[in-house]
Amino acid sequence: MKPAVFEHYAPTTLEEALLLLDEFGSDAKIISGGQSLIPMMNMRLARPKILIDINRIEELNYIRISDSEIQIGGLTRHYQLEHSREIEQACPLITEGMKLIGHSQIRSRGTIGGSVVHADPTAELPVILRTLGASVTLASSEGVRTVPTEEFFLTYLTTTIEPNEILISVQIPRPAANTGFAIDEFTLRKGDFAIVLAAASITLDDQGRVIAAALGLGGVDGVPVLLNEVTEGLIGYPPDRDRIEACCGIISELVDPESDVHASAEFRRDLCVTYGRRVLERAAQRAYRL
Amino acid sequence: MSQSKMKTVVISVNGVEHTVQVEPRMLLSDVLRDELGLTGTHVGCEHGICGACTVIMDGRPVRSCLVFGVQADRAEILTVEGLAGPDGTLHPLQAAFWEKHGLQCGFCTPGVLISAYHFLKENPHPTRDEIREGISGNLCRCTGYQSIVDAVELAAEWLDRERKSKSGSSTAQTGKEVNV
Repeated sequence: MKPAVFEHYAPTTLEEALLLLDEFGSDAKIISGGQSLIPMMNMRLARPKILIDINRIEELNYIRISDSEIQIGGLTRHYQLEHSREIEQACPLITEGMKLIGHSQIRSRGTIGGSVVHADPTAELPVILRTLGASVTLASSEGVRTVPTEEFFLTYLTTTIEPNEILISVQIPRPAANTGFAIDEFTLRKGDFAIVLAAASITLDDQGRVIAAALGLGGVDGVPVLLNEVTEGLIGYPPDRDRIEACCGIISELVDPESDVHASAEFRRDLCVTYGRRVLERAAQRAYRL
Repeated sequence: MSQSKMKTVVISVNGVEHTVQVEPRMLLSDVLRDELGLTGTHVGCEHGICGACTVIMDGRPVRSCLVFGVQADRAEILTVEGLAGPDGTLHPLQAAFWEKHGLQCGFCTPGVLISAYHFLKENPHPTRDEIREGISGNLCRCTGYQSIVDAVELAAEWLDRERKSKSGSSTAQTGKEVNV
């Protein structure tokens, strides 16, 4: 349970880190919070020859909120988002979701960039960002590009990031004022990976009718899934229980989860319906209260 | 390549500064135990599940098996050895674990104490449910957690009394002399 030998580089600027990536190519692995990579190294499932440790690149740790978007630096740690008053006011879904990530000890180290590029389909952040219509910005020594999360996640633990790139920030469009959010998940033990997780947002007009809604699911596919077919049925109507229940009826046909050691496909499908409905109802109640 | 370049790490543990030469692959838990002889930090699963190796690093609880020693360069660490006073007087949290028998075999206890220490700083007046959540990152295979929750609850009460008496005048009465 000890990692194999590696060389450790700890650049203090992004530029330096990108040059190291160019120099070492596929021998190198970026380490951020390390809360997924170090367990894999301890078990020798991962044996990177070179670790480029970005923990000392302070320029990547920030939360910036403008009128139009929330920008979060890749090195921003989960606990910082969890405790940020500004984030709670601008987008309470992030605050609520942070509390579901692992345990306090994990949130001390884990970073938003690390979680997003790790792309575990049962992780909270990818589902949250997908539900919010976020994008990610990737830097290499050749330049910077921004990719919507819809295109960024490819399949299990796989994204469109190139070997010479580092995720430097995520951008989340600032939610409209009358928007309620909710996130919930089914886990066997507190802090475990979710079997299924669901996140929802509902925006109401002045008459209490839905003008925008989103339902994101994790744990049902290799990537976070957005069920627009479900939320389209809410547009133009007050999001009462009956309406939400009627719309959620098709969830079991839309998702196609796989069975594994943790849960059968059938059980996962049931969880999708239950948790999808639950988060939509909760988001609607919260939107009413605003 | 059998060994990588050694690196010099300066690390402050329980207020004492140490300079150690470590291989980059050496985990912080092993630096504390094997290089510094601070074996109070226990190593259970070594992949971030059990919480026995929890220490405070720069004011936040971390699993020391999920941090490399080189990453703790210039960091301030608090381990279970740093909770009691220099004369061995128990911290109120430790005294409460004694009082409520918040342990059986004791293997998980250092991690539980450190997690609870940070938890009570963030949340000085927790409910029992919040305490359960606060120690959810630590596995105990003996107690069934009941007595641990009791102990943290009592510690919260004692620490609160101590804060109040400090803002008033004399020292707190926990039954034992305590160090905060």
